[in-house]
Amino acid sequence: MPEALSFKFDVDGEDFTCAGQASVIVKKNLRQLGLPPEIIRRVSIAMYEGEINMVIHAGGGKAEVNVYEDCIEIVLIDNGPGIKDIEQAMQEGFSTATDTIRSLGFGAGMGLPNMKRYTDYMDIKSQVGVGTTITMKVNLT
Amino acid sequence: MTVNDILKVNDFKSVVLSDGDREVSGVYIGDLLSWVMGKANSGDAWITIMSNVNILAVASLTDCACIILSEGVTLSDEIIATAKEKGINVLSFAKSSFDAAICLNAII
Ligand SMILES: Nc1ncnc2c1ncn2[C@@H]1O[C@H](COP(=O)(O)OP(=O)(O)O)[C@@H](O)[C@H]1O
Ligand SMILES: [Mg+2]
Repeated sequence: MPEALSFKFDVDGEDFTCAGQASVIVKKNLRQLGLPPEIIRRVSIAMYEGEINMVIHAGGGKAEVNVYEDCIEIVLIDNGPGIKDIEQAMQEGFSTATDTIRSLGFGAGMGLPNMKRYTDYMDIKSQVGVGTTITMKVNLT
Repeated sequence: MTVNDILKVNDFKSVVLSDGDREVSGVYIGDLLSWVMGKANSGDAWITIMSNVNILAVASLTDCACIILSEGVTLSDEIIATAKEKGINVLSFAKSSFDAAICLNAII
């Protein structure tokens, strides 16, 4: 099997204004690979939502995008507070975001549902006080 | 209809015109960014009152044709510079999002 193409990023938890940079770079890279626009759109939006979550809920983390022959995989890892009730967090409209975050247009509680919706596979592993790892896949075939 | 066609209507003003020939295929109105990312289509003119820097990433990721700032909302010089750098079209409109949508409906 040919080695996967891989992009890795540190997501800065301090600077909210440049949150989303990694997703924008991924979008550019995937475009250069000549992937279909709809696939790129789904991958980059799902990753952006995850990236924003790491910034506003977890104080930053790491993001990795792997391009395989049959799918694109996004892995988001943080050492934040973790998610106590994943089922509740997945519900549309559920959010623990602060008013400041909301005034910037985030915190609608639609991020995790969007990530689920735009990907073909999504797995959340989270432990309170330890962190959260989210793996998503978008099929290429 | 292109972004330039929208600008022919007097009430719309250009803030950053990166690609006036960009085709506009629909319209989405929204201020909650996750809603926009979940619902807006590629090629939409996105009408919003939000003016923080994150709207540029959202516009770029959703691949919308232009951002239309309603209610006469303005952008900081820094955000305008970033929009230019990212090649994003930004227009402004003095009245409400509803009024902007009505104008667009007449020409789309
Ligand atoms: N990486 C994360 N670490 C800790 N909590 C998270 C993380 N991602 C999401 N959450 C929790 O799940 C909730 C729902 O997330 P989401 O659907 O993206 O909505 P929003 O970010 O708008 O609050 C968040 O409000 C937060 O409580
Ligand atoms: Mg979120």
